[in-house]
Amino acid sequence: MTATKRIELALGPCFFNWSVDQFLDFYARIADEAEIDRVYLGEVICGKRMPFTDTVWPQAIERLEKSGKTVVLSTLAQPVNKRERTILKQQANYDMPIEINDMSLLPSREARPFTAGPFLNVYNEASLAFLSKRGAIAWCPPVELPLDSIQQIAALVPEVEIELFAFGRLPLALSSRCYHARAHGLSKDSCQFICERDPDGMDVATLDGKRFLAANGIQTLSDACHVAALTADHLHTSGIQRLRLSPHMSDMVAVSNAFREFLDGALDAAELDAQLERLALPGPLCNAYLKGEAGWKKTSLPA
Amino acid sequence: MELVCPAGTPAALRAAADAGADAIYCGFANETNARNFPGLNFSPKELAEGVVYAHAKGAKVLVAINTFARAGNIDLWRQAVDDAAACNADAIIAADLAVLEHAAEKHPERRLHLSVQAAANSPEAIHFYADTFGVKRVVLPRVFSVPEIAALNRDIDVETEVFVFGGLCVMTEGRCSLSSYATGKSPNLTGVCSPPDHVDYREDKSGRLLAQLGGFTIDSFEKGAPAGYPTLCKGQFSAEGRTGYLFEDPVSLNAFELLEDLSKAGVTALKIEGRQRGKAYIAGVVSGFRRAVDGLTTGADAGPAIAALKSFSEGGRQTSGSYKKTWR
Repeated sequence: MTATKRIELALGPCFFNWSVDQFLDFYARIADEAEIDRVYLGEVICGKRMPFTDTVWPQAIERLEKSGKTVVLSTLAQPVNKRERTILKQQANYDMPIEINDMSLLPSREARPFTAGPFLNVYNEASLAFLSKRGAIAWCPPVELPLDSIQQIAALVPEVEIELFAFGRLPLALSSRCYHARAHGLSKDSCQFICERDPDGMDVATLDGKRFLAANGIQTLSDACHVAALTADHLHTSGIQRLRLSPHMSDMVAVSNAFREFLDGALDAAELDAQLERLALPGPLCNAYLKGEAGWKKTSLPA
Repeated sequence: MELVCPAGTPAALRAAADAGADAIYCGFANETNARNFPGLNFSPKELAEGVVYAHAKGAKVLVAINTFARAGNIDLWRQAVDDAAACNADAIIAADLAVLEHAAEKHPERRLHLSVQAAANSPEAIHFYADTFGVKRVVLPRVFSVPEIAALNRDIDVETEVFVFGGLCVMTEGRCSLSSYATGKSPNLTGVCSPPDHVDYREDKSGRLLAQLGGFTIDSFEKGAPAGYPTLCKGQFSAEGRTGYLFEDPVSLNAFELLEDLSKAGVTALKIEGRQRGKAYIAGVVSGFRRAVDGLTTGADAGPAIAALKSFSEGGRQTSGSYKKTWR
């Protein structure tokens, strides 16, 4: 009998327009205090934000690596202009782990190892096997992919590690239009970086005032906060090696430590939910994507 | 430029061929295509007959197999590719790596077009699909302005096809899960967006009609006013203390005025959206755009024919979308 490996925890790339100081403080705390094995960082959503945070990443990488964490550079999900495409090509050749979020990057990476990010449309075993042949060693499935599909793919492509999106507002859509700019009567080109006002995204409600979505520049996220409270046993059975926690202004050290306790069996699913709900989350809990249902719903998951 | 027209039924295919389509795109009646609506689409037999009809009229048939194959059931998608080839379709339109790989390996003689659902929006991404699968044409995601399309065409060796009329995705195609978040059904997984069985209309106390999707109230209409369909990205929402069409107004695309610019930008094919639309729409829009495309060389004025298409647009309102940079 082989000993089952400990389920790891990863911190996903931050989707939001945080300041340099916010980022540096955030990653310093993650380095020192969080039960996190791996950290994805880098600007993923908007290339216009890149010049402001360029100085953050080398410092954060050094700090996180010193504390023994694996650091992965996550890359832009929708490169549009020449400057962004050039940056991607440079990143493809960095001598560090990277996460690919757009097919643009695949040729430049030239079969060197990478993580296939949740923005790539990988929905089945043949697509993942295809990427595996071209260097994918880990995969974070698109958030709408049900757990039974992930389980089938894991069984058929065991050579790729699977990392499940497990905490945070769900990344639902990308556009070429900036909804932050539009909501404030601005255009994308003259956006004044107004998305910095909403470090967890801009709340979007329905006509009857029900919370629904969150806008973050060109990205649309869920209002609700996805929590995949799947036990370590269940994750092992499903072929999942790691959970991904997506950064928010909530106390992410407390979030990650609660997940660690849950995976180690010190908390049950209800206790995990209760602990998380005490942490000023950006929205109510949801998880029904895992069962192939409407993502905003909260349903009971098998233990 | 080639005029590529939609057909959701054999009758629509014949109408498109009769109205002067250069190519007609359609799909099989299952989840392998992105317009998977009840009562729509083709059986292999209907497709084979449609190909014969279209070819007799000088039109090509392109088969959209452009959803992402379901894990553990990829054979349904592979079978669709094989069926399209057996029906003698001129090209297959696909987005999924698994489907593209199957088409390239088993049917290398068949033209392969990259679906808009693949969201290939850079020369690097397009090179990847062309080099890996021999893709001959890419349907561009609706994220580009016309000058950007011109620049892109200078950087790539494959043909480009762009949408010029009909329903308008506001989010990048293939990268949107809004519908599944609200309803559990999505374009990528099930080939539907904002599906009708999740739509509900009800009156509020003042008599206004409220439109709901998946239980979320996303539009409202004055008593007696025509009610629009609650497509998620064209609903009304409140944010920052204001209520309105946060993502996009209920409008449809009409790029008629930009046809000449698109031609100069090196675009090969113009696509009309609307496989879910009836024969009247197909006949009207196809003949209008036929006149418009021909007018680029003959100088004939297609203005009145195109103006007549306004009634086919959502809420009677039209936009040139991302083709003008100000849209962003």
